[in-house]
Amino acid sequence: MSKIKIFSKGILKENAVFVMLLGLCPVLGTTTSAINGLGMGVATLFVLLLSNITISLIKNIVPDMVRIPVFIVVIASLVTVLQLLMQAYTPGLYATLGLFIPLIVVNCMILGRAEAFASKNSLVDSILDALGMGLGFTLALTILGAVREVLGSGSVFDFKFMDGDGMLVFVLAPGGFLGLGFIIAILNWIKRNKEAKAKLQAVEINTKKK
Amino acid sequence: MAKLESTLTNMLLSLGGIALVASALLGFAYQATKGPIAEANQRILENAIKLVSPSDLKESKLGDMYMLPGGKDSLACYPVMDASGKLVVTAISTYTDEGFSGRFKIMVGFAPDGTIVNTAVLSHAETPGLGDKMDKSKADWSVQFNGKNPETYKLTVTKDGGDVDAITAATISSRAFCDATDRAYTAYMKGGRHE
Amino acid sequence: MDIFLIVISAIFVNNIVLAKFLGVCPFMGVSTKLETSFGMTGAVTFVMVIATTVTFLIQNYILVPFGIEFMQTIIFILVIASLVQLVEIVLKKVSPALYQALGIFLPLITTNCAVLGVAILAVGPADFSLIEAVVYAAANAVGFGLALATFAGLREHMELANIPKGMAGIPIAFVTAGLLALAFMGFAGIA
Repeated sequence: MSKIKIFSKGILKENAVFVMLLGLCPVLGTTTSAINGLGMGVATLFVLLLSNITISLIKNIVPDMVRIPVFIVVIASLVTVLQLLMQAYTPGLYATLGLFIPLIVVNCMILGRAEAFASKNSLVDSILDALGMGLGFTLALTILGAVREVLGSGSVFDFKFMDGDGMLVFVLAPGGFLGLGFIIAILNWIKRNKEAKAKLQAVEINTKKK
Repeated sequence: MAKLESTLTNMLLSLGGIALVASALLGFAYQATKGPIAEANQRILENAIKLVSPSDLKESKLGDMYMLPGGKDSLACYPVMDASGKLVVTAISTYTDEGFSGRFKIMVGFAPDGTIVNTAVLSHAETPGLGDKMDKSKADWSVQFNGKNPETYKLTVTKDGGDVDAITAATISSRAFCDATDRAYTAYMKGGRHE
Repeated sequence: MDIFLIVISAIFVNNIVLAKFLGVCPFMGVSTKLETSFGMTGAVTFVMVIATTVTFLIQNYILVPFGIEFMQTIIFILVIASLVQLVEIVLKKVSPALYQALGIFLPLITTNCAVLGVAILAVGPADFSLIEAVVYAAANAVGFGLALATFAGLREHMELANIPKGMAGIPIAFVTAGLLALAFMGFAGIA
């Protein structure tokens, strides 16, 4: 696999949220606004990057049977460091995201990348993988946050463009499920259209050859 | 380097070693961020005290913090003096357990006679778009408390026969806000310093 | 806080999946059949109650007295991970039948954020006593089960429905979950 592909696959093709459906709890829980989604995405990216780096470096001194406990220790330590840093330098964001910061530990995406990628690949590849996956995750959270903020509060990134409250339901819990469902449906629709077009082209080329 | 075999010694050594390094790292991170975290908390506190003080108060001095009993917990009180040393406002950090999503904390500033100067939300987990309108950065709802003296101003929502207009569709959060304010008022009138 | 209020609030008003968004992964993953959803609920209840009891004691008798609350996350997840292993081993020895039923769900629970979430919330700002914390954990497990079973029932019916192609599968599951969450919001009125 080329280096570019390792990086780019996580952003769209294997997007952790829209395609793989990993780490759904923070995706739904923190995306009441675009800025919260972005904050959560960056926090997760931070942990994912460092965890992939660490695990790729120590992969040879970790026997197979204890690898999962070791991964958990590494990830939990990184999350604790993140908690301390956020309390010190971004206390506002830390208060908003609340419970979901310690819950990064159990984000299946991070343990998943450690197990499926970083424990088998070189340092550079693991960094690229983490950046791609993390950016894809951040992108997904920001998009969902923006959609919910636009529909729910009539603003985006706290910039108000509409009077009144908007459809409150999108900021509340049901809106998270509805928003994500419709975004995935739209992505599926685009994908199907593309595939159909590709098929059509292939048929056309075939008929021309004949 | 070849991958280590899964023998008992190797497993113990590897897991133990990594746990040791991790805890050393954590201890270091804790020490390094201890100062900044304390500073950040102090900044938030000072900011909240400023928010509940009269806005025309230019020079102010913070007096010694003291504690008052209030419900299950004690409430921290921060007296604020003007330049001449006269008590202007007492900022009381209070809480309620009646919130929609559990406990939240607010800061209420009282003039020496018990009149509410201003309020500020310290931490909450109320529903975004509904209960969080008690926060001034979201809506002007809590302005109605300013300048009222709970002696004559009944600190319950109109639905319960009080004087407070509840936030639309967030009566529980509004009730909780009143509960927290009332707790601070009662404690202040009972044992707070008034000069 | 009133025990009764804790139970009602955890099961209906602040349902762990539909209002707090914890445990969404298993909620989406194992809710295609009603039967598997019961198995998952059993395993989660088991681990959630034990884990919350242990972490509550650790928090109040080790972390707080020594002033090392910042270690909370790492200690709690290690406790949960070891507990899951322990439960698996004990269950295998003591009750093979129960192990048969819950076994495959146990490894999944370590990364179920509902378990860690409830453990953290139980020592959080609400100031629970030990009994209240245990009740809180049990009630949340019931809430998890209720949401999972309802959703699994809905999804079983959905297999027979005629759904637009783009919406089939995951998207319609999310929309259904959204409607279910909307229905649960109605419980807020009774609080």
